[in-house]
Amino acid sequence: MSGPMKAAVFILGAPLLCGGCVGIQSPLDTHGDHAALIAVLSWVMFIGATLISLGVVGVTAYAMFGDRERRARFLDRRLIIGGGILFPTATLTALLIHSLILANRLVAVTADDKPLRIEVIGEQWWWRVHYLDEQGQRAFTTANEVRIPVGQPIEFILTTADVIHSFWIPSLGGKLDMIPGHVNRLRLKADRAGVLRGQCAEYCGGAHALMAFFAVVETPEHFAAWYDGQRTPARQPADPFLIKGRDLFLSSGCGGCHAIRGTAAAGVIGPDLTHIGSRRSIGAGLYPVNAGTLAGWIVDSQHLKPENRMPSFNVFTGEELRALAAYLQSLK
Amino acid sequence: VIPEATAATGTGQRGSRASVTEQGLPNSLPRPEGELEALEQIWRPPSGWRFLTVVNNSYIGVFYLGTALLFFLLAGLLALMMRSQLAFAENDLISQDTYNQVFTMHGTIMMFLFAVPAVEAFGVYLLPNMQGARDLPFPRLSAYAFWAYLVGGLVFFCSLFFGLAPKGGWFMYPPLTSYQYSPGPNADFWLLGIGFIEISAIAGAIEIVVGVLKTRAPGMTLDKLPIYAWAMLIFAAMIIFGFPAIILGTALLEIERSFHWPFFIAEKGGDPLLWQHLFWFFGHPEVYIIFLPAAGFVSTILPTMAQTPLVGYRFVVLALLATGFIAFGVWVHHMFTTGIPQLSVSFFSAASMAVSVPAGIQLFAWIATIAKGRLQITTPSLFILGFLAIFTVGGLTGVMVGIVPFDWQVHDTYFVVAHFHYVLIGGMVFPLFAAFYYWAPLDSTQRLSERTGRWIFGLMFAGFNLTFFPMHITGLLGMPRRVWTYPSELGWEWLNLTSTLGAFLMAAGVLLFLIELARNYRPFMGETPGNVWDASTLEWLPSGNYANRSVPIVESRDPLWDQPNLARDVEDGRYYLPGAPTGGREALITSPVEARPQYVVQIPGPNLPTVVAAVFTAFFFLLLTVKLVIPAIICGVIAIVAIILWLWDTDPGPTHSGVDIGGGITLPVYVTGPVSHAWWAMIVLILVAGSVFAALIFSYYFLWTASPDVWPSSTGWQVPDASWPVASALLLAGSGAAMALGGRALAASDRLGQWPVRGALLVAVVLLGASLAAELLSQWQAGLRPQESGYAAVVYMVSALQGVFVTTLAIMAFFTIARSMTGRLNAVRRSTYDNTLLLWYYAVGQGLIGLAMVHLSPRLL
Repeated sequence: MSGPMKAAVFILGAPLLCGGCVGIQSPLDTHGDHAALIAVLSWVMFIGATLISLGVVGVTAYAMFGDRERRARFLDRRLIIGGGILFPTATLTALLIHSLILANRLVAVTADDKPLRIEVIGEQWWWRVHYLDEQGQRAFTTANEVRIPVGQPIEFILTTADVIHSFWIPSLGGKLDMIPGHVNRLRLKADRAGVLRGQCAEYCGGAHALMAFFAVVETPEHFAAWYDGQRTPARQPADPFLIKGRDLFLSSGCGGCHAIRGTAAAGVIGPDLTHIGSRRSIGAGLYPVNAGTLAGWIVDSQHLKPENRMPSFNVFTGEELRALAAYLQSLK
Repeated sequence: VIPEATAATGTGQRGSRASVTEQGLPNSLPRPEGELEALEQIWRPPSGWRFLTVVNNSYIGVFYLGTALLFFLLAGLLALMMRSQLAFAENDLISQDTYNQVFTMHGTIMMFLFAVPAVEAFGVYLLPNMQGARDLPFPRLSAYAFWAYLVGGLVFFCSLFFGLAPKGGWFMYPPLTSYQYSPGPNADFWLLGIGFIEISAIAGAIEIVVGVLKTRAPGMTLDKLPIYAWAMLIFAAMIIFGFPAIILGTALLEIERSFHWPFFIAEKGGDPLLWQHLFWFFGHPEVYIIFLPAAGFVSTILPTMAQTPLVGYRFVVLALLATGFIAFGVWVHHMFTTGIPQLSVSFFSAASMAVSVPAGIQLFAWIATIAKGRLQITTPSLFILGFLAIFTVGGLTGVMVGIVPFDWQVHDTYFVVAHFHYVLIGGMVFPLFAAFYYWAPLDSTQRLSERTGRWIFGLMFAGFNLTFFPMHITGLLGMPRRVWTYPSELGWEWLNLTSTLGAFLMAAGVLLFLIELARNYRPFMGETPGNVWDASTLEWLPSGNYANRSVPIVESRDPLWDQPNLARDVEDGRYYLPGAPTGGREALITSPVEARPQYVVQIPGPNLPTVVAAVFTAFFFLLLTVKLVIPAIICGVIAIVAIILWLWDTDPGPTHSGVDIGGGITLPVYVTGPVSHAWWAMIVLILVAGSVFAALIFSYYFLWTASPDVWPSSTGWQVPDASWPVASALLLAGSGAAMALGGRALAASDRLGQWPVRGALLVAVVLLGASLAAELLSQWQAGLRPQESGYAAVVYMVSALQGVFVTTLAIMAFFTIARSMTGRLNAVRRSTYDNTLLLWYYAVGQGLIGLAMVHLSPRLL
């Protein structure tokens, strides 16, 4: 973003951009140039609309209470032509042209940018995430979280496994739908680090309200380390308690739906759990990852997130449940 | 025919002008004894339980409006449930599944069971009175539309109590709503429930178009048409062109759900976006369909309250027309986030900007009217001022969401929820309450209280803004719509709590309104207070069940202001048609532009089969929903029989050689062809049918562009040999020719007798059916099955639609034959045949175009 543009964002954004008080899921708390450009446009429109509203109220008040002779003279057919035709035509034409140029710029693909490609598949009601390597092959799979480096263009390749969803990280830019039979590509770039929240924006049935995710923006170095870590298979536990947890995982049939790379669990129905312990949330943005939430989820997922595709598994003893949760938590 | 009116402009300050009619009114005094009593007797609604069969527009209009108000309250209660659930973060007052049903029903009921019926109801009630007509041209059709709506709507609502209510959101996007992801009957309730409400809306729209164009007071040229009637005419036209898209859409989705024809299933060459196009091609005009009548209210009420004619009448009419046109070019702005190409996004963004110009024209015309007159602060004025403020804000946020990059951020968030409630509540509900207050004295024995009215307005205005203004911010903080719960750490809670408090405040205003109705609203009870606001339009003329005693000559846009003594002379019976010369209900039919009297139509009165038909139509759809096919078919048959009974006495023929309406004018009582109101209604129906077919043609080519890989050119499937469609086309043409010959034979039936006509009808039915059979057989024998691909489904759908016409026309043909057998059809009394003929020609044309599309496209594309 250019210098003057930054200044404009600062001045126009100041009224609401009071550092964090807009939350981590707001289009006004911008972490990337797409969102910033849209935020500037938004503020211009908010201010313009406020002025126009006040103007209409003022003219109406004058029409009601102004001097009868004079108001009838001023506010006649010319008001209709001026206020109803000329003014909107002029302002809206300018606004339209600006916005369309901006829109084209936001979706433009420049030949020299080498975007990081991340495939995100919407599923009822979570996000399957594949990172693609430079050859376009899937490097590794994760879920309900995207990590991206500051400064590098990202191309999200958006599809769905079932119904229509919509992928949206407000602090980085606008949303784009995931539609059966269509492949949509969303290009975004983050310009400062932070933890951002995204959420499904197209109603997708049942637990739509609970289909969120986190987008973690990191320095390129941190990102590279994380990326390499994600490519490796799951760590084999040495602690007997964790080994018990792993064995329970494998013997209880969890692998029918979930994969943990490096073990026999290779299910593809639910989220890949290879590095579940390093993620920020379970249940698609629902709870932080710790032994307690993991155990609670296993036992009672239908209560915590009604209608989700994982049945509640209330079949373990307390000890078993703790081991299972501890094992999953250890999968950093 | 009419005395030349002086150059009536209707745009000057109100005042009296000399008028030619003063020199000689059409009828002289005193009126013959018993004339008024006969009129009263003829138009009196039936008493006892038979009162249910009443058809007078002033009764049906009020019932209709009362029912719409009931659904407004029910959907409002659902809104309060949602607001209670969202008052606090992570609240668990309402379960996820219930909430999803509740928000779907809230939107669906507000749009389909409240907004459209409410404005249509007002039209049924007001239009004849405002145009100086005795009634609408098809009173039984209004009654049918009302009863089907009442019964169907109530049963539809009750699905909530069984957990069977639809839960796909009011725009029901597949594949979420198709059989795979919504296996229960919930979605069927929506599709079939909305299906017959669409039919009801279309019936109303046909009534309104013909009513506005053909039943006006003589002299009420289009240039002097009340703005409200203009608004309703354009409203009805928009229903005629907009609703067919959703009629086709609901049919396709229901067929996909029931028979697995994959119109919207991507894996089989369907496309979920097809639904979005069909839905929003209806859905966006729908917003203006709701808004235009409300704008008509404002343009009618405001001049009265300011006691001056509307400034810029022509500008406002042009603005209404422009809105009607542009509204059909903006639907894709609901789809900016679907990833469609930038070029089409740009076009639709531009159109969305353009539509604010006519809104601005009207806004400033209203302000100029206030400036010119002196606005009295009454309850209707307050609601209109509230409307101006809220609608301005809603319009401005509408511009914002029409801006593509901004929409990418706020689409499907609470910002949009705030926007469309500003537009819909501001743009429609506030004017509607102004209208309730303004027109209540037309049929209530006493006015509503002004003092309470101010409280009602105050509570609703404050409550509304407190509810919906914060939602703009909630949306900008990232809250998506249609979520039943939200986490506490995102900063949304205080905003939601504020919205909830506001909602209850607004509900208190509505509750106060109900109390006020209970205290002071007394319809149908006798003498009304008269023209309490000193209004200028004809509905304020003294009236009874027969509407006005005599049909006035209109010389101004503001007749009650500009034509002195009009009220007295009308009531004395000095204008046209002061009695009932045919001895039954009748109305003056006038020409569409100049409003010159053309003939006197005998309009049908109360009728039980009409009500029976409506109730059983509703049950036909509802039983289909729960897959009780046999009972559904029985109900359907009863409905059809009842419709036939209702129609049996509606083509009375020339019972009188001509009637004297006064002023030396003698008019026929029976005409056929382009002058007749029946011809106009059939033409409008054909426009509806043509729009449904156009939507199907769009679907065919849309699916081709979406999935050419299932088209014959890719799959290598051998399309049926050309001899098949040629044979089918010849059969179609033969069917049309048989009908044409039958028409000639009817003209000569004095000589030839009735048998050639009956024979022609029979032959035409057989050929029409054979043509359809040939087409179906050609696809079937070539191995095409509708379940296998989007292509196959849409090919069979062309035949399915044709099948609807074949069935309908067969019934109409047998009905016509029955009339012939009973001596109700002859060279003059031939309206039934002519109407059947018109629709027949349409079906032949549709069939030929369908054949050309289905058989030529795969060869050429």
